[in-house]
Amino acid sequence: MAMNSTGRPTAPAQPLDPGADLQTFSGSRGLAQVEPLLHKVGSPEKCGVDLADVPNHTARLGNLKRQNPVDLPGLSEPEAMRHYVRLSQRNYAIDLGLYPLGSCTMKHNPRLNEKLARLPGFADVHPLQPQSTVQGALALMDELSHWLMAITGMDAVALSPKAGAHGEWCGMMCIRAAIEERGELGKRRRVLVPQSAHGTNPATAAACGFDIDELPADATGRVDMEVLRRKIGPDVAAIMLTNPNTCGLFERDIREIADLVHEAGGYFYCDGANLNAIMGKTRVRDLGVDAMHINLHKTFSTPHGGGGPGAGPVVLSKRLRNYAPVPYLVRDGQSLALVEDEAQSEAKPFGRMSAFHGQMGMFVRALAYMMSHGSDGLRRVSEDAVLNANYLLARLSDEMSPAYPGVCMHEALFDDDFLKDTGVTTLDFAKAMIDEGYHPMTMYFPLVVHGAMLIEPTETESKESLDRFADTLLALAKAAKSGAAARFTEAPLLAPLRRLDETRAARSPVLRWQET
Amino acid sequence: MRYLPLNEDDRAAMLDRIGVSGIDALFADIPQEARLDGLIDGLPTHASEMDVERHFTALSKQSLSAGDVPFFCGGGAYRHFVPASVDHLIQRSEFLTAYTPYQPEIAQGTLQTLFEFQTQVAQITGMGVANASMYDGSTATAEAVRMAARITRRHKCILAPGLHPHYSKTVCTAVEGETVHIQAMDPAMGEDRTIAQELDDDTACIVVQNPNVFGELVDLAPLADAAHAVGALLIAVTTEVVSLGLIQNPGEMGADIVAAEGQSIGNGLSFGGPYVGLLACRDDRKFIRQAPGRFAGQTVDATGKTGYVLTLSTREKHIRREKATSNICTNSGLCTLAFTIHLSLLGACGFAKLAELNHARACVLADRLDALSGVEVLNTSFFNEFTVRLNGDAAKIVETLAKKDVLGGIPAARLFGGGPFDDLLLISVTETNTDDDFDALVTALQEAL
Repeated sequence: MAMNSTGRPTAPAQPLDPGADLQTFSGSRGLAQVEPLLHKVGSPEKCGVDLADVPNHTARLGNLKRQNPVDLPGLSEPEAMRHYVRLSQRNYAIDLGLYPLGSCTMKHNPRLNEKLARLPGFADVHPLQPQSTVQGALALMDELSHWLMAITGMDAVALSPKAGAHGEWCGMMCIRAAIEERGELGKRRRVLVPQSAHGTNPATAAACGFDIDELPADATGRVDMEVLRRKIGPDVAAIMLTNPNTCGLFERDIREIADLVHEAGGYFYCDGANLNAIMGKTRVRDLGVDAMHINLHKTFSTPHGGGGPGAGPVVLSKRLRNYAPVPYLVRDGQSLALVEDEAQSEAKPFGRMSAFHGQMGMFVRALAYMMSHGSDGLRRVSEDAVLNANYLLARLSDEMSPAYPGVCMHEALFDDDFLKDTGVTTLDFAKAMIDEGYHPMTMYFPLVVHGAMLIEPTETESKESLDRFADTLLALAKAAKSGAAARFTEAPLLAPLRRLDETRAARSPVLRWQET
Repeated sequence: MRYLPLNEDDRAAMLDRIGVSGIDALFADIPQEARLDGLIDGLPTHASEMDVERHFTALSKQSLSAGDVPFFCGGGAYRHFVPASVDHLIQRSEFLTAYTPYQPEIAQGTLQTLFEFQTQVAQITGMGVANASMYDGSTATAEAVRMAARITRRHKCILAPGLHPHYSKTVCTAVEGETVHIQAMDPAMGEDRTIAQELDDDTACIVVQNPNVFGELVDLAPLADAAHAVGALLIAVTTEVVSLGLIQNPGEMGADIVAAEGQSIGNGLSFGGPYVGLLACRDDRKFIRQAPGRFAGQTVDATGKTGYVLTLSTREKHIRREKATSNICTNSGLCTLAFTIHLSLLGACGFAKLAELNHARACVLADRLDALSGVEVLNTSFFNEFTVRLNGDAAKIVETLAKKDVLGGIPAARLFGGGPFDDLLLISVTETNTDDDFDALVTALQEAL
């Protein structure tokens, strides 16, 4: 069924796409190419690299030489190019269109940063080369640290965490070490986590051995202060709070929250996933934070790459800086050095997070992003990110139902009230967006809002792009309300695949190709 | 500001539509005393693309790049040749700028490559299944230990003498909040059969690296048998995944879980990251349920077409929250893609030949070094990395070599924090090393000793 721009059904008997019934012989449809699995197109004897001859030698493999040939498909270079280019065309991407995933900060990824990350002094240096030969790489880490500390006002930064969740764990382990040093690990067991928190927060606190105590949200979508006052006590190790929170709201009482936790002897961990809303507008230090991870792959635009790699440096307050893990950077006169061994440390590192020093490739990209913007540009980033989100909130409120009244920060949260009695769910609505050429927003998160839709446009969308997006969503909302449920419940109709059977995938898992 | 599309007219019109007088009205919830009115202190203002590039190029030149000198460092990160097509493909917008594939209908590119990755990892390790990646080899090892403790519901983990010391420390740190305790055996070159004596009925796992940190090859089979005899698991660790093209894989030798560093395939040195952790295990529901991270799985769409989704997510943090098997979320997406593309270019033949070439060239260099006075190759077996005893302090000699523009390897003391290893040097050889590189190392060592 087609739809005109006001959402009224037109000529319902007409097929949505006149070509939809055409069954092609190849399976491909014009530019939409099908591509079988590597293991069906490749074969073991094919090879896309030329290797030198193996020199004469006496093997030193003991009795461990492989007896059976490796089973692995290969492709020549032209076949490999075609296979992966065809697969790439089955992906949505920020370079293709607005990617409004709330809490994910899908912004433009400048290509300058890709180019710089490939400079040999960063890309082609070994983590265990003599430190005298990697001063440029260490200087880059030092500059990045300076920028992160200046932006947040914090006293130290641990660079080695490899992603946001790894950074959370780093920050919470610093807190754990501080509590342990005070001899209170036995009694400080509780970590307060709002119900609206990212799932990584409770998972992290649990991995550090703490018990989780959930904090409900109040009617305005923020921490319920009365409950907090009741729950705070001498057995509280920390509070883990995202700010702005996952409802897209600034925690107005944040300084009182910090004071309450500090007075009770605990620490304030801030999840920095939403830093994109506030950098240059406030400093985390001035909010009373003790530790916060920074997702370089969100705020500072290192590409998401279909699920990583990320980088999650953690900024620390004076109270926690001594516990940062090895390796860490120190200045020794004119040169820089890494302290790699706990025994050589003058501080009290809680341990080591991984084999080497962190995500250098991401450090380069993030620093290039920061220097490009400068102090004026970074402030503008936050302002435009918040402006764009509020513009969408204002426009979409004409047909959709905001979860909370008032303005938002960098993401706008809606509930599914506007879909009440339409037979259309948040999931259906999201899938219909796919047919319209958009990646859906974050769905069903945060958990405190029914049928949540969390929309984060970021600062790199133009007004024209936001208007097109808003026009589309408003039209969809009207269509849903006017009884056109089928176009939603069947959606997506125009994507490379229709809805996938996730129940079947989980019930009888097929996790690898196997010869049948 | 080249990355910000809004102009002043746009901003004014948008503020008007929102119904506020100015941008600061949108930030009114920030407590007055915490507001930053001016610019951030201590930072420069914006810079052009050309100026930023100039700054970074100058910084880049302040390091000695591996490609510019004879280079022999390994120790968990290896310099291999990566075909140009790999870097081209991973920079395609649709791969580079996509998020985690939460909407499978428009993420089949990422999901299918993850399924291919999982299959390739299972194939080269000889294991039943593999997950969609971890951060790196060391964090994969730590997660494997936690996984083994959950599967066996036991509390003791034994780290074999040849485990990379940074891996050992990563494991020890990772379980600090848990009831697992780590028994790390004293580092030693030969893989100690006395591990068997440490096994008891509370042992969840033993963690054995092959080739070990000294480059020595380890027969995992007897260790697997000993572990299994008391109901414990064998976790096999590999930091040089190219070795699997030439030596018996951990699956054949009885490993239950494999944790490996996949950087060697498709990914550069990059000063330690980003890399790609591999985690594979037996195809057993009990194992898969306790595995960390994501899995891509095959299924069908509403019309019966084959497709892929993220699956078994009820183990994960966004569903299970504090009861999740791991807190990992973003992992190594693009690095897994580089791995998958490079490995598909190699294929079985190329992978085996690459491994043989690495081993052969390492043998050639080991023979030349062993003939030098003041240098003794200690390994009885190795793949592409071996340990030599030098007549002198290895760290000082490495510094001397670096001044002659030879990156001669990694002093064992740098990994072990001193100890009885001051005269030991780890030397790694790959297909990238030329005969000229060998000459340069031999000459420089002779002069330094």
